[in-house]
Amino acid sequence: MSATRKHLNRREFFSYLTVAWVAFGAACAGMASLAFRFSYPNVNFEPEMEFLAGTPDMYEEGVDERYKNGFGVWMVKQEGKLFALSNICTHLGCIPNWLPAELKFKCPCHGSGYYTSGINFEGPAPRPLERYKINLTAEGKIKVDKTKLYRYEKGQWDNPNAFLSV
Amino acid sequence: MREFINWMADPIRSFPVVCVLFFLMMKYYRIVGTKKFLYLALAFIIPTAIWFGSDPNFFTILILPDNIPIIILLVLVGYLQWFTLYKSAENDKRIEAGLCPIEGLPENREKVWCWPNLVYTELFCIIAATCFLVVWAIIFKAPLEEPANPTWAPNPAKAPWYFLGLQEMLVYFDPWMAGVVLPGVVVVGLIAIPYIDTNPKGNGYFTIMERPLAMWGFLFGWLVLWIYLIIVGTFLRGPNWTFYGPFEYWDYHKVVAEYNVNLSEFLWIKGLNTSMPQNMFLREILGIVVSLGYVFVLPPMMAASKFGKGMIEKIGNMRYYILVMLFLLMMSLPIKMVLRWLFSLKYIVALPELELNL
Ligand code: FES
Repeated sequence: MSATRKHLNRREFFSYLTVAWVAFGAACAGMASLAFRFSYPNVNFEPEMEFLAGTPDMYEEGVDERYKNGFGVWMVKQEGKLFALSNICTHLGCIPNWLPAELKFKCPCHGSGYYTSGINFEGPAPRPLERYKINLTAEGKIKVDKTKLYRYEKGQWDNPNAFLSV
Repeated sequence: MREFINWMADPIRSFPVVCVLFFLMMKYYRIVGTKKFLYLALAFIIPTAIWFGSDPNFFTILILPDNIPIIILLVLVGYLQWFTLYKSAENDKRIEAGLCPIEGLPENREKVWCWPNLVYTELFCIIAATCFLVVWAIIFKAPLEEPANPTWAPNPAKAPWYFLGLQEMLVYFDPWMAGVVLPGVVVVGLIAIPYIDTNPKGNGYFTIMERPLAMWGFLFGWLVLWIYLIIVGTFLRGPNWTFYGPFEYWDYHKVVAEYNVNLSEFLWIKGLNTSMPQNMFLREILGIVVSLGYVFVLPPMMAASKFGKGMIEKIGNMRYYILVMLFLLMMSLPIKMVLRWLFSLKYIVALPELELNL
């Protein structure tokens, strides 16, 4: 029995070990790269971050829901200002509804309420809804850029990019 | 009568009622824990339940596939709660008479083999549970809804039934507190119980008399702060997370006047009649002091009292402070709820600039 069995010597052992480690490392790297690739899908169904929202004369005083379902933005005209209000509740990120009869936004998750301006007044929401960057293009169209946020509690709503004077 | 029940069911009134009921139940557990009481209670509960279910609106809410497990859960919780009290009452009577608890009798201490006694039982439980789930899946269809849309939410948007207590908690707290800290503390606290509680009394047998603090504290958290909140979140919260009584139609346009105010506004605007200070920490100073006092001053103060001294002697400093912290965090929930109802208080500390609100 013992004659047929050939022992590995030290050098062979290390070369096997090296091969094993390289293979293991390559497999891990392959998995990691797959996981990385997975996080960048080919098709993305999320709303566009930048869009054109018509012209300023399209809007009446009050809340306009035209761009809510497609882009997640309420266009609100109030006291000579037109601004793009985010539709993400500042409490836990649900999507509030606009209640035209009560003139408020109301969140279905825990009942936060916001005025037309986006200021929170009831329920647990800790701060007002955010506003997005809004400006006019050279052709007179409104451009909303959702990558830039303006927060009330930081005093950013007075920023000239946060509203259009109409 | 229906109006009255609707009115009473509002958490503002039903929460104190539930607390009182809990207190009575624990205080008079020897009366509650009798077979006679169970039959009387059933004779009362069954007709009441039928009467509630006879309301077409409430009935549709009750038989939502999502809600049926909660009904089953409530029946089970009710029965097991009574069973605990029943067994404890029996044992406590024996202990008072100087006997050992029933579970400690020689014939109940007999040992059996894990295989087959335990393994067989487990096997049958697995089979029964699987059958149950299969039947369940056949009878109750999962609702098919429209494709997911990131810019729209159902109304009311409800969590899975076992999280409805948490969702109800979120009404009173910042998402960080009610969504991360408090559930985390619940889990860690439950894990920590065996390490904190080294008292051998009550191991393996039911008793309330020998472990009053443990029983009261745990059951309060379980029944009042978890089960009760699940009931409210499931059956009594409708569109816009507005409260609806059991006999009330879920009208989407029900308006509830509510205006919540932060503690800082109470202090500066109502109390001192000045405007809010610019500096945010100065603005929230009262809330910060109160909250720090709650967590850092209260435990040592309790430690200095006679009760606290006794506790520390029994379980040691470390365990005492962990226990008190867990208890205080648990109590912060009812405290905050009551403050919200009484004063429409929104946040004790409101630092939205730092995403920190208590
Ligand atoms: S997510 Fe809107 S109220 Fe909680």
